[in-house]
Amino acid sequence: MTVEIPSKRKRSRVRGTPKGRAVDPKAREEVRSLLGDAARRRDLLIEHLHKIQDRFGCLSAAHLVGLAAEMKMAMAEVYEVATFYHHFDVVKEGDAAPPAITVRVCDSIACDLAGSHELLKKLPALLGQDVRVLHAPCVGRCETAPVAVVGQNPVPFATAEKVASLVTAKALTHSVTDIAITPGHIDYVAYRAARGYRLAASCVGGSRSPADIIELMENSGLRGLGGAGFPAGRKWKIVAAEPAPRLMAINIDEGEPGTFKDRYYLERDPHRFLEGAIVAAWAVGIDTVYIYLRDEYHGCRAILERELAALQADPPCRIPQFHLRRGAGAYICGEESAMIESIEGKRGEPRLRPPYVAQVGLFGRPTLEHNMETLHWVREIVERGPEWFAGHGRNGRKGLRSFSVSGRVKKPGVHLAPAGITLQELIDEYCGGMLEGHTLYGYLPGGASGGILPASMANVPLDFDTLNQYGCFIGSAAVVVLSDKDTATAAARNVMKFFADESCGQCTPCRVGTEKALHLMKDRRWDQPLLKELSQAMMDASICGLGQAAPNPMLSVMKYFPTEVD
Amino acid sequence: MHQPLTPSGSEKIAATVTFTLNGQSVVAPADQTIIQIADDHGIEVPRLCYMEGMRADGNCRTCMVEIKGERVLAASCCRYPKDGMEVTTNSPRAVTSQKMSLELLLSDIPETSYTLDSELDLWATKMRVGKPRFHARPQPVEDLSHPAMAVHLDACIQCKRCVRACREEQVNDVIGYAFRGGHSKIVFDLDDPMGDSTCVACGECVQACPTGALMPARDVAMVVPDKTVDSVCPYCGVGCQLTYNVKDNRILYVQGKDGPANSSRLCVKGRYGFDYVQHRHRLTKPLIRKKDVPKHKDFTVDPEKWHEVFREATWEEALDFAATGLRDIRDTYGKRALAGFGSAKGTNEEAYLFQKLVRTGFGSNNVDHCTRLCHASSVAALMEGINSGAVSNQVRDVVNAEVIFVIGANPTVNHPVAATWIKNAAKAGVKLIVADPRRGDLARHATYNLQFNADTDVALLNAMLHVIVEEGLVDETFVQDRTSGYAALADNVKKFSPEAMAPICGIDAQTIREVARLYATSKGSMILWGMGISQHVHGTDNARCLIALALATGQIGKPGSGLHPLRGQNNVQGASDSGLIPMFYPDYQRVNTPEARARFEKLWKIELDPDPGLTVVEIMNAAKRHEIRGMYIMGENPAMSDPDVDHARAAMAALDHVVVQDIFLTETAYLADVVLPATAWPEKVGTVTNTDRMVQLGRKAIEPPGDAREDFWLIVQLARRIGLDWDYSHPRDVFNEMRLCMDSIAGITWERLEQQSSVTYPCVKEGDPGDPVVFIENFPTASGRAKFVPADLISAAERPDADYPMVLITGRQLEHWHTGSMTRRAGALDYIEPEPVASIHPLDLDSLGVAAGGTLTIESRRGSISLYARADDGTPRGAVFVPFCFYEAAANLLTNPVLDPFGKIPEFKYCAVKVTPGGEVPERMSFGGGSILAETMSTATRT
Repeated sequence: MTVEIPSKRKRSRVRGTPKGRAVDPKAREEVRSLLGDAARRRDLLIEHLHKIQDRFGCLSAAHLVGLAAEMKMAMAEVYEVATFYHHFDVVKEGDAAPPAITVRVCDSIACDLAGSHELLKKLPALLGQDVRVLHAPCVGRCETAPVAVVGQNPVPFATAEKVASLVTAKALTHSVTDIAITPGHIDYVAYRAARGYRLAASCVGGSRSPADIIELMENSGLRGLGGAGFPAGRKWKIVAAEPAPRLMAINIDEGEPGTFKDRYYLERDPHRFLEGAIVAAWAVGIDTVYIYLRDEYHGCRAILERELAALQADPPCRIPQFHLRRGAGAYICGEESAMIESIEGKRGEPRLRPPYVAQVGLFGRPTLEHNMETLHWVREIVERGPEWFAGHGRNGRKGLRSFSVSGRVKKPGVHLAPAGITLQELIDEYCGGMLEGHTLYGYLPGGASGGILPASMANVPLDFDTLNQYGCFIGSAAVVVLSDKDTATAAARNVMKFFADESCGQCTPCRVGTEKALHLMKDRRWDQPLLKELSQAMMDASICGLGQAAPNPMLSVMKYFPTEVD
Repeated sequence: MHQPLTPSGSEKIAATVTFTLNGQSVVAPADQTIIQIADDHGIEVPRLCYMEGMRADGNCRTCMVEIKGERVLAASCCRYPKDGMEVTTNSPRAVTSQKMSLELLLSDIPETSYTLDSELDLWATKMRVGKPRFHARPQPVEDLSHPAMAVHLDACIQCKRCVRACREEQVNDVIGYAFRGGHSKIVFDLDDPMGDSTCVACGECVQACPTGALMPARDVAMVVPDKTVDSVCPYCGVGCQLTYNVKDNRILYVQGKDGPANSSRLCVKGRYGFDYVQHRHRLTKPLIRKKDVPKHKDFTVDPEKWHEVFREATWEEALDFAATGLRDIRDTYGKRALAGFGSAKGTNEEAYLFQKLVRTGFGSNNVDHCTRLCHASSVAALMEGINSGAVSNQVRDVVNAEVIFVIGANPTVNHPVAATWIKNAAKAGVKLIVADPRRGDLARHATYNLQFNADTDVALLNAMLHVIVEEGLVDETFVQDRTSGYAALADNVKKFSPEAMAPICGIDAQTIREVARLYATSKGSMILWGMGISQHVHGTDNARCLIALALATGQIGKPGSGLHPLRGQNNVQGASDSGLIPMFYPDYQRVNTPEARARFEKLWKIELDPDPGLTVVEIMNAAKRHEIRGMYIMGENPAMSDPDVDHARAAMAALDHVVVQDIFLTETAYLADVVLPATAWPEKVGTVTNTDRMVQLGRKAIEPPGDAREDFWLIVQLARRIGLDWDYSHPRDVFNEMRLCMDSIAGITWERLEQQSSVTYPCVKEGDPGDPVVFIENFPTASGRAKFVPADLISAAERPDADYPMVLITGRQLEHWHTGSMTRRAGALDYIEPEPVASIHPLDLDSLGVAAGGTLTIESRRGSISLYARADDGTPRGAVFVPFCFYEAAANLLTNPVLDPFGKIPEFKYCAVKVTPGGEVPERMSFGGGSILAETMSTATRT
């Protein structure tokens, strides 16, 4: 605080406190009591910010300063993290606190196709000033597009009326009982009853050798299902060769627009990936496992908390220590090294590689990082043998893929299909065909990042590696189907806006490039040479996959839909 | 000279790699990145976020190179080549990305630059990036809230060099990178205006910024300097090297230079505290006191009204008058009727000449300086224990330690750049123990922060020693081979169990035990201490305990393990080394040993007084008694810095003849008969010795104002006029004479200093590298052994009671140096801390019913001051902290002049006071109060 001192000569200022903001004792006490006995380690910063946000509906400057003091951190260290994540509302002096209810309307590609922009237009007037309406990146429920989230309560097939009634009813949470009644949900007891955790127990009990299991995983051809497709068995082998202590990090930050397979499995069969994790930890020699769950999946968090507690209360064998960490709204944290930064309580900025996370990962330790679904398949592959998994596939490809299909098809959803299936086959055999009145125009084979292919290329096999030659990739197998009612340009703009919003801001080509590209893409006629030159630099020089892949859709437009932008 | 932050133990034999760089086979060290190797081979690769000496971050992506076989390009600043790698820096693909990253950044910054040397412009030109083809981003507004730095984020390229400078180098942790994507933004604290943030204005961010987004305020760096001059900082004992940028005989701005103590780092004083040399109050003519203006202790100086007390004189008249007065006293009242206070702010050569003048010209050893007020007790204990008053290990050696124990010191304020090395080490995992009654900024980085009760150092330290003895943590071999007196110590500490001491020192027994174990059992423990240890009546005992800790555990005599009293003034080490001490000749040769006396009588060709002289406070007492009748005071301000300053001023007023040599009309000069206008640090040449025993060369950058003369010249002139036959023509001549009688620097040549700027002593023979770590084999005592000296509990001389229930602790502020004569005349420093403040715990302030920023009156048995209250929960309950730099509210009117019996140091850190609400803060005179920048800043943006 500064007090103006009148003086006979000049006015002067006296600081009544040390430099900068002073800790407000009341705010600090509130923080202290909220945190209770929890450790003040800096890797728990995001967890602690959630506690304040959940309790007070925002992060006031006073609470941030109090938290910094409590955690022996600098204010800037707390502030830069708090402002990085969408789900934290930092409120400074003089700013209005956000209303008690926030409605987030997904405006990513699938919801956009389903009319979320209309919803975004209508809702503010309908809900009034006491409700905040925000657009949000993909919330992972594309099969029920358009989706809004009222507080923490997802609204499938959202209409303005539906949202309004939930707001009125203050139905703000996605309760665990809602999830438990997901048809076919398998809880701990049911999972154990169905021979669950026998594999883990036999491994940990010594009936199998880690080398055998790793070899078996390699033979199955199972690849990382988060998008990069790195062979799972080889990863285990690499990390196992690194010096202990080693750590595991499980990525359930499913944020790629159009992707919802992890949520699908988590809502139905959460123990399958946990068993896979126990087996992997045992095989690689890991005692501690971090699970990073995106904050949008509030229901899944409730399930995981409950099921982990059940597992820990009555473990089938010696199990590693599990830490469930909560994301805070940041697509980039699905990138493996950004996720590690986030688990460490920092801004989700991807790291430069080398060194790779297998060597220098979480807390500087060698880290086995897996997408949740990769671990989901471990049990079945071991039980049924590697040939079973490798035995699936079409068009010369091997294995199974969980396609998250959305867009203009009759039956969107997670479809487990052979690797190498074509888009046409996927639509015809699994999705009940195109929606009435819609004709296939094109598709995004790999979410926002994987580019856009025209209808004429509906017969190429969909798998890792098969689309590279077309400037596309399958990634997390999120297929968004476009029809003659859509344009590739609109889809490309939608995803470029998404990338610009979600860029971490660390490197120039991505932070600045996405913004500049989006601006240029607003023109009816694109400056194609400049966009291509920019794309080249973004692909070559961005630190991580976000910036490297961000140009794919716009390049696809210029390549496959040239008439739209000429 | 740059020392990387790697522990010396991990040095490997340099491996090499062989790879292809732009088609050429290259063999390079394996620990170098591609960009470093490219630089070595004259291959230019653009770079913006990369800065030598800083962790490479690889975010700007302008240094991308192509590596054959890799899917994407690699940032050459972060990538280490492997054998057989084929790297191309100039392929079309690499150049496309390099240029595009430059163009993207260029598109977002204004066309008019805020700096003369934008690295972005430089590379854009070199790479032939034309006018950007992209639209610009919406631009943020400027932030001119800080008096020393201007923030123009429209020129920011988000390279985060400032973040790394602030967080990884200086570890001030003010700057953050907040928000995300295109909204990403450099912020101060919670995105606060820089001037309202916790920023300590070290300016490291400005030095790091490549585009002028962060610049010195008021466009001072937009002027092309006439010249640059390398020198050393004139403020604290850390000894940071710096470079002045000079135009038209004015210092435009200052940059850090890569010196061994600072690696280009500076603090707010060293970077933004130089305009005092150009202040209108500079003395430019010799002044002689008007006959009709008597001296009196009660006054407030207004330097603007000097003519009320003095008249101008010619140099001839002033020097004759000064010398005659001194000579007459000597000849009338005897040699011991004169005394001199030299300066720890002058050069070694000046200090040497000054003491030589007193010893040979006045004829006694009555020469002292402010070391008496800062580390005299530390030196007493060190001389007694190991016969060496200097540090055993340099500050930066903390990186080689496992444990750093900082006690009674607040280095983030008083030794800011030294603190950065401590913080760096703590960040790198070195365990930091901080012990101080006040909680400072270092506490946040500490593994253990012991906020013990003031005045209970011996209780805490003896309890630690008790644990070490009781739990068998003593290094028996070290004790047996290298020490004496252990049995007495071990016996003495028996009665100081942690359980018994806990209620006294306020630290629980378990913590004391843990800390003792940590200190004793680490592979290397460094102790650094400050005046919290020394400025007590038991200051020597405090230091004895620290020495005993190091000796008992063998934590001395090796890298990362030793004793470091953090020296205060820029040249307090050198001034002491040079003999500005009543009981020592240069190089700590004892006045009362015949051999030493004989050595100097031979060198100086004159008979010397065989008895040690009087110390600072003793001289003042003798002056009051008219036993001392004349004084020569150079660059010191005892009328502000002495304890019970009312008494000191009365003593000075009682002197018959006082010669003061200074750059401003200080409180002391105000009591002079003749005032000799001298030179400020950038106006002269000479060496200074920092806390690390580094002898460093200060170079002249500007000419002094008016008729002001170099101190060197002044001392010589006075010496000649009191009968000495001196013919030194340059400080170099003096330094060469010093080498003849100071073995520790005998090997240092002036030429080497001119070349290297810094040489560490001991450097006995020419060409010796200088020893950064000493006492490796033995101690410089007669027996080669160090001596344990036990200490018992002694209380402060004046404990709180019903009448004076609170404790006064005095010290410094980051922005203000010593008595404020320089820093309160430096615009930015004065603006940041314009008014006298007392720090007090907010709950104590509440119970006084005073709001933060309100006024308080503090009264001791010796005086009373009124000043503003600063609520600071780092101040312990029941205590009040007052910096002694404010003439309006001089803290030393309150302090207790009682002395430590060995070091003769006053108890500045403890006396009893009464604090009451309200009071009138005396009106400010013609400096201070933020007056220099008041007008400028009032027009700047403030929120």
